[in-house]
Amino acid sequence: MMFDLECDVYMGEEDMERQSLNVFRMRLLGARVIPVSSGSKTLKDATNEAIRDWVTNIENTYYIIGSVVGPHPYPEMVRDFQSIIGREAREQVLSLEGRLPDSLIACVGGGSNAMGLFYPFLNDTEVEMIGVEAAGMGLDTDKHSATLTRGRAGVLHGAMSYLLQDEYGQVSPVHSISAGLDYPGVGPEHAFLNITGRVNYGSITDQEALEAFQILSETEGIIPALESAHAVAYLLNNKEHFKDLTLIVLNLSGRGDKDVNLAARLLEVE
Amino acid sequence: MRIKNKFTQLKENGEKALITFITAGDPDLDTTERLVLEMERKGADIVELGLPFSDPLADGPVIQKSSQRALEGGVRTPDMFQLVRCLRKNTDIPLVILTYYNPVFSFGLKAFVKEAASAGVDGLIIPDLPLEESDELKKITSSQGVDLIYLLAPTSTDERIKRTDKKAGGFIYCVSITGVTGVREEFSSSIENLIKRIRKYTSLPLALGFGISNPQQAGLAAYYADGVIVGSALVKIVEQHGDNPDLLIKKVGEYVGSLKEGIPGQFSDFPI
Repeated sequence: MMFDLECDVYMGEEDMERQSLNVFRMRLLGARVIPVSSGSKTLKDATNEAIRDWVTNIENTYYIIGSVVGPHPYPEMVRDFQSIIGREAREQVLSLEGRLPDSLIACVGGGSNAMGLFYPFLNDTEVEMIGVEAAGMGLDTDKHSATLTRGRAGVLHGAMSYLLQDEYGQVSPVHSISAGLDYPGVGPEHAFLNITGRVNYGSITDQEALEAFQILSETEGIIPALESAHAVAYLLNNKEHFKDLTLIVLNLSGRGDKDVNLAARLLEVE
Repeated sequence: MRIKNKFTQLKENGEKALITFITAGDPDLDTTERLVLEMERKGADIVELGLPFSDPLADGPVIQKSSQRALEGGVRTPDMFQLVRCLRKNTDIPLVILTYYNPVFSFGLKAFVKEAASAGVDGLIIPDLPLEESDELKKITSSQGVDLIYLLAPTSTDERIKRTDKKAGGFIYCVSITGVTGVREEFSSSIENLIKRIRKYTSLPLALGFGISNPQQAGLAAYYADGVIVGSALVKIVEQHGDNPDLLIKKVGEYVGSLKEGIPGQFSDFPI
């Protein structure tokens, strides 16, 4: 048990299967991983269950979450922790290239890696920023999680942001090939950055992400997480836009080791 | 005013309030309507109707599943208002909607409260709406004559109890334990402290809920509080007999009757 602290992690049953390597890692580090079988069996439902545990065991339990969602001050805390990504990226690009990048690209589910990359660059107005959501099986199907693209204002998990929901405010079941993007909400600060226009948000389908996953593996020998593969696919899909933007920081926020089983299964079927 | 009048009348008779919860539309809206009338007949003083939400954070498995069944049956906000309109033809019992913030926000705060008031809803409970965020809704409920009912828990500080008292209407929903709704074997013995602590700062009726599931627990709760709220135990009966409405109504009626008997008449100390 690290730091002699008991750690319970709630994870959707479906995600435990999709991310079994991560489950193994967490257990190896001494955490207890508790499967959540309610609702869509993914991140949203795991968050519900973690909050229920928290309010039950409030006297001896601290709640933490890895994404920039949930009640204040969690989105702010997670952003600040994750902003090590942007601080290092900014320092390194300045020292290597002597200038700021033209463009930043990162995938957005709840949006922690993107917030972490973007935040230290927000005042550098010449730096373009692009967040990439999961279009799943297509934006015109009901199987995507492109919250900023297709959602509207709502309140979930103690924060107001964009939300994928039906006409009467019932949260929609969502889908993405990648567990990390499979969430019907998005961090409230992304909602703000979307409204102010400081960040542009696009989306990438499961299929496009899977192709980018292969391309980056073949060309660079880097196996990206399926989440991060959405950012790679955005770059590949928008070559024209990036033609004159020669210095781009793309956030490879996760390794694809955890996704190779899933990818192998999907690619073999084809 | 129905809620206030009910508590006043009960107090005058030396009785405590039995408040029962069921989810609107589980197993279906017609049965919910019959259930409300039957519960009233068997002694319920106030009825809470759950407007189902996809992500009921304050609820345990029993009510989660019930909400899911109602949603799968297609129950949405307008059906809830329609149900209350139908009920109002046959009963004057205080009716309170329990739901979460997003269905209200999505409908539009003003539109929701107006519709609720015109249908005959007396109060609104929104467990995921914190005191600090409630001003906008409170203004609207006040203008429409709907009570916005606040929750207080064992973790609430004295300071928070005071601030809640300034805004609360109808009654205060005292949460007996930290946690979510559900049937529990053991019923917290610290309720005496909780009720006494809240009573120090408010003259509103205090209703105790969460984990109260049998006549004996109801009796114990009523010894200290002005009202007792029972939800999951009833919803469990709905889960068991949802496929047989006639039997379900009989079973729920019997259970409500036994709860009522478990609540002895006692002195309520809120001022009229």
